[in-house]
Amino acid sequence: MTATQLTVADLGPDRRRHRTQRRVRTVMMVAAVLSVVISGLILVSLLGETFTFIKGLADTGTWSSLWADGWFPRRGQYSVATLLMGSLIVTLVAMSVAIPLGLAGAIYLSEYARPSVRRVLKPALETLAGIPSVVLGVFALMFISPEVVQRFFEAPQANLAAAGLGVGILTIPLVASVSEDAMRSVPAALREASYGLGARKATTCVRVVLPAALSGLVAALILAVSRALGETMVVAIAAGGSAGALFTADPLRPGTTMTAAMISQAGGTDQVKGDALTFQSLFFVGTLLFAITMSLNLVAGRFVRRFRNVY
Amino acid sequence: MSDEVLATSAPETSVRPPAGESTELPVVFDVDDLSVYYGNFRAVRDVTMEIRQREITAFIGPSGCGKSTVLRCFNRMNDLVEIARVEGRLTYHGVDLYARGVDPVEVRRRIGMVFQKPNPFPKSIYDNIAFGPKVAGLVKGKSETDDLVEHALRRGALWDEVKDRLKDSAMGLSGGQQQRLCIARAIAVEPEVVLMDEPCSALDPVATARIEDLMMELKDDYTIVIVTHNMQQAARVSDRTAFFVTEVNDTSDVRTGVLVEFDATDKIFSNPEDERTERYVTGRFG
Repeated sequence: MTATQLTVADLGPDRRRHRTQRRVRTVMMVAAVLSVVISGLILVSLLGETFTFIKGLADTGTWSSLWADGWFPRRGQYSVATLLMGSLIVTLVAMSVAIPLGLAGAIYLSEYARPSVRRVLKPALETLAGIPSVVLGVFALMFISPEVVQRFFEAPQANLAAAGLGVGILTIPLVASVSEDAMRSVPAALREASYGLGARKATTCVRVVLPAALSGLVAALILAVSRALGETMVVAIAAGGSAGALFTADPLRPGTTMTAAMISQAGGTDQVKGDALTFQSLFFVGTLLFAITMSLNLVAGRFVRRFRNVY
Repeated sequence: MSDEVLATSAPETSVRPPAGESTELPVVFDVDDLSVYYGNFRAVRDVTMEIRQREITAFIGPSGCGKSTVLRCFNRMNDLVEIARVEGRLTYHGVDLYARGVDPVEVRRRIGMVFQKPNPFPKSIYDNIAFGPKVAGLVKGKSETDDLVEHALRRGALWDEVKDRLKDSAMGLSGGQQQRLCIARAIAVEPEVVLMDEPCSALDPVATARIEDLMMELKDDYTIVIVTHNMQQAARVSDRTAFFVTEVNDTSDVRTGVLVEFDATDKIFSNPEDERTERYVTGRFG
């Protein structure tokens, strides 16, 4: 028998196809690297201007401006505490709305709603997520503030609470949708186990489904906090801190947040008015915001990894 | 005189059992002409059988013949499927399980279930066992719960393996251990009946043997109904066997499960009435 000799080349790659593959790989890699490089450059410019700001304070010996009565960058008052407190208040108010409503919505959609109801409600919820935040900002100022906040409390029309409630409404779909995904990914076998032991629906939900979905729920929560911290428009419109704000820990006072403070200085022109450091102060706040949201995302990521694959 | 009476009457009661049912164990489930529908599709029809106390009843038959569907009627697990519907009568100690006013939750506390794939909660071993009793309000306080957990784990033949790591996650146990945990979890609520839906199909032969031993032990206290793909398993553990097949309607291609034969396991495996049963148990069909 004369068998044809099989060579390595016969089993080797098709030359042309091989080359195409390599080209595709290169293109993909460039795209990936580019996005990293761009992010890096943004970070560099952010940190550069932040450094200039800090150096400016040091050069002029005006450290005290960081502990001023409020945030008035055009007048050289950079009370970061004002912004941090504003952001904290808005986020807390927003979460006190978004977490209960979003979570309850998710529980209903995932555990209680009939498929026919779900088919209608889920897209409706996602539509809510599509409302531009400018619209919600105006809604917060023109409706939430007079009809909700001012009805029950003594407050000016523009106040942190109204802005917080607006941001909360904005965040509900995010909380609901991420939590619902987390709960639906809990295997049906666990629900069956619970029902098989004579547990009712509510018990099954609270004691089996929610704990099993914990990592997803925490992720939803942290994402929501991130979103609320980063929300700009609603606060800029409804919180009343467009020119700056005095320090306050009272949600019923006007105030401003990190993001709203930035937009009110930077809006519309390429020149930020004010004295020398006003422009750089924006980057300083930006760096602060970046650090906070990034640590939140890291914590969220760790949480998700720690609790993943438990079932 | 009285001696004579004793002498003549005593042997009569002990040697020759009175006719009919009275020697047999009491009936737990009386199933009469049961059909199960999913929407308009009739998945199983005409199931008639009696399940007796402290016996193991096995359901065998080829895939898709409705064994599990019938089993899931016994504790109303089919209620979780929105479109499922039951016709015919299914009584539990004389009470129609599908009567108005019967709460499936109450039913499931008396009739526990073990599933095909071990499904422990992603909680500790201890919390898995304590879940049912706590939900049912059977236990108060820690020491009572501790006792019950230990009792259930001993009953589930798992205590010795896990007693030093009760607080560890149940997900760290092997498949066989997880399934024994699920059995222990089911009997922790002190049910009368334990339904087992192919409890060994995800396990290796050694783990399977342990579960079978466990079933034989549990039989003293519980009524067990088991669905199994494994005919030898049915032959080994069960007292009675129900054989199901799928009937295919030639014109509409609708597949309906049907009960072919229900009898003592010995009879089903040695001398069945129905030809289809014989072909199945001898391995010539299915």
